[in-house]
Amino acid sequence: MNIHEYQAKALFEKFGVPVPKGAAARTPEEMTTALAQLPEGPTMVKSQIHAGGRGKGTFTDGFKGGVKFCKTKADAREIAGKMLGNTLVTIQTGPAGRKVQTIYFTVASDIKKEYYLAILLDRATSRPVIVASTEGGVEIEKVAHDTPEKIHKVFVDPAYGIADFQVRDLISRLGFTGAEAKNAAKLIRQLYACYWETDAAMIEVNPLITTPTGEVLALDAKVSFDDNALFRHPEIVALRDLNEEDPKEIEASKFSLSYIALDGNIACLVNGAGLAMSTMDIIKHYGGSPANFLDVGGGASKDQVVAAFKIILGDANVKGIFVNIFGGIMDCNVIATGIVQAVKEVGLKLPLVVRLEGNNVAAGKATLNSSGLKLVSGDTMADAAQKIVKLVAA
Amino acid sequence: MSILITPETKILIQGITGDFGGRHAKLSLDYGTKVVAGVTPGKGGQFFEHGTHKVPIFNSVAEAAKATGATVSAVFVPPPFAADAILEGVDAGLDLVVAITEGIPVKDMVRVKRAMQGKPTRLVGPNCPGLVTPGTGKDSFGGCRIGIAPGYIHKKGHVGVVSRSGTLTYEAVFQLTSKNIGQTTCVGIGGDPVNGTSHLDVIKLFNADPETHGIILIGEIGGNAEVEAARWIKANCKKPVAGFIAGATAPAGRRMGHAGAIVGGAEDTAAAKIAVFKECGIEVAATPSDMADALLRAAKAKGVTLS
Repeated sequence: MNIHEYQAKALFEKFGVPVPKGAAARTPEEMTTALAQLPEGPTMVKSQIHAGGRGKGTFTDGFKGGVKFCKTKADAREIAGKMLGNTLVTIQTGPAGRKVQTIYFTVASDIKKEYYLAILLDRATSRPVIVASTEGGVEIEKVAHDTPEKIHKVFVDPAYGIADFQVRDLISRLGFTGAEAKNAAKLIRQLYACYWETDAAMIEVNPLITTPTGEVLALDAKVSFDDNALFRHPEIVALRDLNEEDPKEIEASKFSLSYIALDGNIACLVNGAGLAMSTMDIIKHYGGSPANFLDVGGGASKDQVVAAFKIILGDANVKGIFVNIFGGIMDCNVIATGIVQAVKEVGLKLPLVVRLEGNNVAAGKATLNSSGLKLVSGDTMADAAQKIVKLVAA
Repeated sequence: MSILITPETKILIQGITGDFGGRHAKLSLDYGTKVVAGVTPGKGGQFFEHGTHKVPIFNSVAEAAKATGATVSAVFVPPPFAADAILEGVDAGLDLVVAITEGIPVKDMVRVKRAMQGKPTRLVGPNCPGLVTPGTGKDSFGGCRIGIAPGYIHKKGHVGVVSRSGTLTYEAVFQLTSKNIGQTTCVGIGGDPVNGTSHLDVIKLFNADPETHGIILIGEIGGNAEVEAARWIKANCKKPVAGFIAGATAPAGRRMGHAGAIVGGAEDTAAAKIAVFKECGIEVAATPSDMADALLRAAKAKGVTLS
């Protein structure tokens, strides 16, 4: 689960991680109240959407920049008015962009130097890793590729937490001295506490900055959480912004379906994540284009299949459907009955190819064949994939 | 032989009184697996009954292991309590704990892995279908089935299968059995980013097992575990190996069902992993329908008989 920058910064403050003073607004009236909380002077106006590249983004009405520096609060108020309710397109949003529903105002900080700081899971060691660099405010992937010696990593032993010597070592590698060193050490410890205690999946601060007066601040904040751990963090769940999520994905999650919309026109309905991924792959392999990832899970009930069909058909791009089920424990006939009922219930008019394999498959195929539905049976994944690609192309 | 488990292995099931654990305990008993104990705190002294089977239930893993001689546990405990259940199996000194549970918080698994350091117990999973060592009976009856895989699709033989995904494993096994090629052991290591046993761990076991003549290695996008296994195979494994990587069409940054299946950087894409497979002499299956055939090609090239 992702949260907005303004929410991430509020969370940082709760853990004592210093951030520039700021206030968020969802309406023109709230903008006035928010700005009243900030001192007069240079102010940043930041569009709040769950996507990166905001600064270099363009609004659909042609207004450029989702993050702007303003010399005065009055300027900030005016610029924010152009952003709120407008749709921002960035390198990460796709061409449709995202509607900006919240504006975050912050005091514009005086920047001495920019750094990069992130905390995430290192899969190779199964430990949290702190990644830091003196090259902040730029694309970290590029730094890692061009100058790997400028990326510093600290692996944290989960039994002990982050050790003093590790923080000292990192601070010295980043070249902090004096008051900056003391403040940076404190910030790193507090940010790690925030990561660990909230079950964050990743915390990224880019840039982390120093100011001429020796302060160390998180100028930006990107935080995501481990979905598996949300059950023990109701305070984090409360931060979820459904406006930032695909309505079809929200609907799918209500039925314990894992659905992700893609750009293609062949919808997939599959049991199991690995099989669902490879069903998308095999469609592509035979020249088609998958419209979605959809895993109905190991148990695929009739209700789930009906819900899945409705979600799939909610995507106007879909021109055909590929159902791929390996009924290991589940009776294929139960699944076939579910498919028949679902198709009748939603009044399907698009081409449908079904590949069933596994337990009691003969009865399942008989149910499909005698249903009177216009569906095509596939014997193997390859056979079925070729059939749906051909039908959709026709 | 087989790896990790044999038809003689005695297993206990943590969470046997739950719907999920109970259902699969019955299927394992039907398969002929020696399910000798169940563990549910507070229900010690009761029995899990299925047909003529009467499996005793204990309050703790240590008690169950001591009373029945069980050496392996299958964990079907719900996510909030699963990490504790795994550690209980480790503390009881079991040889193997197989965590089937899906949805365990990453932090819990980070702590479990740290706590297991230096302990003799091996963990497979979590979020995995488990293991099957097929038996010699009809539809491989008489084998050892730990977890949720369909037992009947297997056949006793000489191919080892290791995979992160459940249904893709079944797909591979089904293709093999349809071609009359049997398996030594099939291992689902699970789709989470932090798991107990890696592809490489299983590959090493298959390589050392004289009964295993060929290996199917099934991976996904995310992480570098498949790459690590492939490099080891190139340097150490003479057996034919076929590989498949799921997720070639998955967009970067989106989690594809499995918590571990997410493309983070250039190195963990399907294309990058497939390139390493090829470079390491692994016969790559072009599609998931091609997994058994890919292994047949690899075996033919090395002059190895699989059946």
